[in-house]
Amino acid sequence: MSTAAFIVIAILTLAAALAAASLPKLIHAAFCLVVAFVGMAAFFFLLGAEFVGLVQVFVYVGAVAVLIVFTILLTRPASENTGGIHWLGVVLAIAVFAGLLWAILGTPSLAVAAQPIDPLTVKRIGEALMTDYIWPLQCVGVLLTAALIGGLILVMEERRR
Amino acid sequence: MTGEFVDQIFVMAKHRLLSLLSNAPDWMIQIASSLLNIAAVLGAFLTLFALISVMERKILARIQNRYGPNRVGPFGLFQPVADGIKLLIKEDIVPIRADKLLHFIAPVLIAATAILTLGVIPYGRNMTPFSIDGGILFFFAAGSTTELGVFMAGWGSNNKFSMLGAMRAIAQMVSYELPLIITVIPVIMIVGSLRADAIVAAQEGYKVAGLVPRWFVFTPWGAAAFILFFISGLVESNRTPFDVPEGESEIVAGHMTEYSGFKYANFFLAEYFGMFAVSGLAVTLFLGGWHAPLSFLQFIPSYFWFFAKLAVLLFVFIWIRGTLPRMRVDQVMGFAWKFVLPMGFACIIAAAVWHYQAHGLAGWLWSLGVVAIVYFGLSRLMETKKKFGPRTYRFAE
Repeated sequence: MSTAAFIVIAILTLAAALAAASLPKLIHAAFCLVVAFVGMAAFFFLLGAEFVGLVQVFVYVGAVAVLIVFTILLTRPASENTGGIHWLGVVLAIAVFAGLLWAILGTPSLAVAAQPIDPLTVKRIGEALMTDYIWPLQCVGVLLTAALIGGLILVMEERRR
Repeated sequence: MTGEFVDQIFVMAKHRLLSLLSNAPDWMIQIASSLLNIAAVLGAFLTLFALISVMERKILARIQNRYGPNRVGPFGLFQPVADGIKLLIKEDIVPIRADKLLHFIAPVLIAATAILTLGVIPYGRNMTPFSIDGGILFFFAAGSTTELGVFMAGWGSNNKFSMLGAMRAIAQMVSYELPLIITVIPVIMIVGSLRADAIVAAQEGYKVAGLVPRWFVFTPWGAAAFILFFISGLVESNRTPFDVPEGESEIVAGHMTEYSGFKYANFFLAEYFGMFAVSGLAVTLFLGGWHAPLSFLQFIPSYFWFFAKLAVLLFVFIWIRGTLPRMRVDQVMGFAWKFVLPMGFACIIAAAVWHYQAHGLAGWLWSLGVVAIVYFGLSRLMETKKKFGPRTYRFAE
């Protein structure tokens, strides 16, 4: 069951990612990227990490994707097609992929079976965040507040003289 | 005994149906079980959709002192059937310059996400279709994809009105998603779980000689959070007085301008399903889910109480639509950031105070104090002291 689900999700995710990289219309590419995000979330669900999967949907589909489509909306006319393939980009992508592959294959720890852990409930994640990882959490909070204030300053109406 | 039988009748029916498959492999039973749940949710809510569409018109007509639909069937009750047939045989118009693909996917996606959110709500004892550990989070994760559907509709139509409507819709949905989640946090803090079943279970029992149920709406923080949640829910489902995205006097029908026939009906369906989902979540979080309001009324089946509470909330939705005029788009946004969000934070603090006073009377009064102080402080800050004189225009004489 889970093998079949894995294969189906993997094919869908890879196809969506490929379409996102190659479709001529930018907006279609953006929505294919969203499908790829959802596929990643499905992987997390399959691995039993429900919380991570839900946050993946929440952050990437609910926020990042909206950001992407708004960027497209505000910068390009609807009719523009970005046809053709940039070969430099292809070479770069293959180089990055090869580097990652080399690093992953060279890592010995992947061969070791993972330690079994207790089921990862939302409550345990919350406890860990509020005890062991409180300082990283606070730093992220400060960073996000700074970003919020920066965004407000950018859009603030200039005072009329 | 009979009470329990009636209460669990749907659960037992499902087990009876699944026992027919007892020889089948495990995965087949799993899939059959899921399909049964989906069929039950869809059947129940499509019926409710048909019913509420005619009831809304009836109630609005009553408020506006006219008859409403009364030609098809007794009291116009078959109106949804006639509407459905009409929408099915209408011509499906797609603008020639539209992005065909996005124009087609948008209504499907919007309806699908609206149906997904209905899955995690407990409709009765042992009657949660999709019970996962992060149920409440699933609700918001599925709900947040609606924005993409609205954007697709606006962009795909290639129409200025559609795009403006979609941008308004996304602006207000993004703004109110935050208060919607912030007002849920006090409940999750007190219960200590994101599972919808656990939240309902935490509201079981009665105080004061079995007269007052332990629902969260009867605590000061719960009442404030419930009202804020309801307002945010009104905005998220684009209902009056927050229906600026489809304000027909300004931008035709917003992102739905270029849709006709059954695609338009899909948007309509999504709006109503969104309304059901938000009301259902409000019932689960604050109104005790499927628990009976008084202890001697517990013999009535649990799903009856859930749907009775849902019906009351839906009536309030319709009542508000018939009573209040539409807000201006900047007023909607300002209200979210200047009032609803700070009040939501106040609810979190009030819930914490209540919790650390051992849920007693002292905690009740302290949390009332916190909510009241923040409320009056915010009201004082929001007072504009604007003088209403003759209007001056910047670009016109």
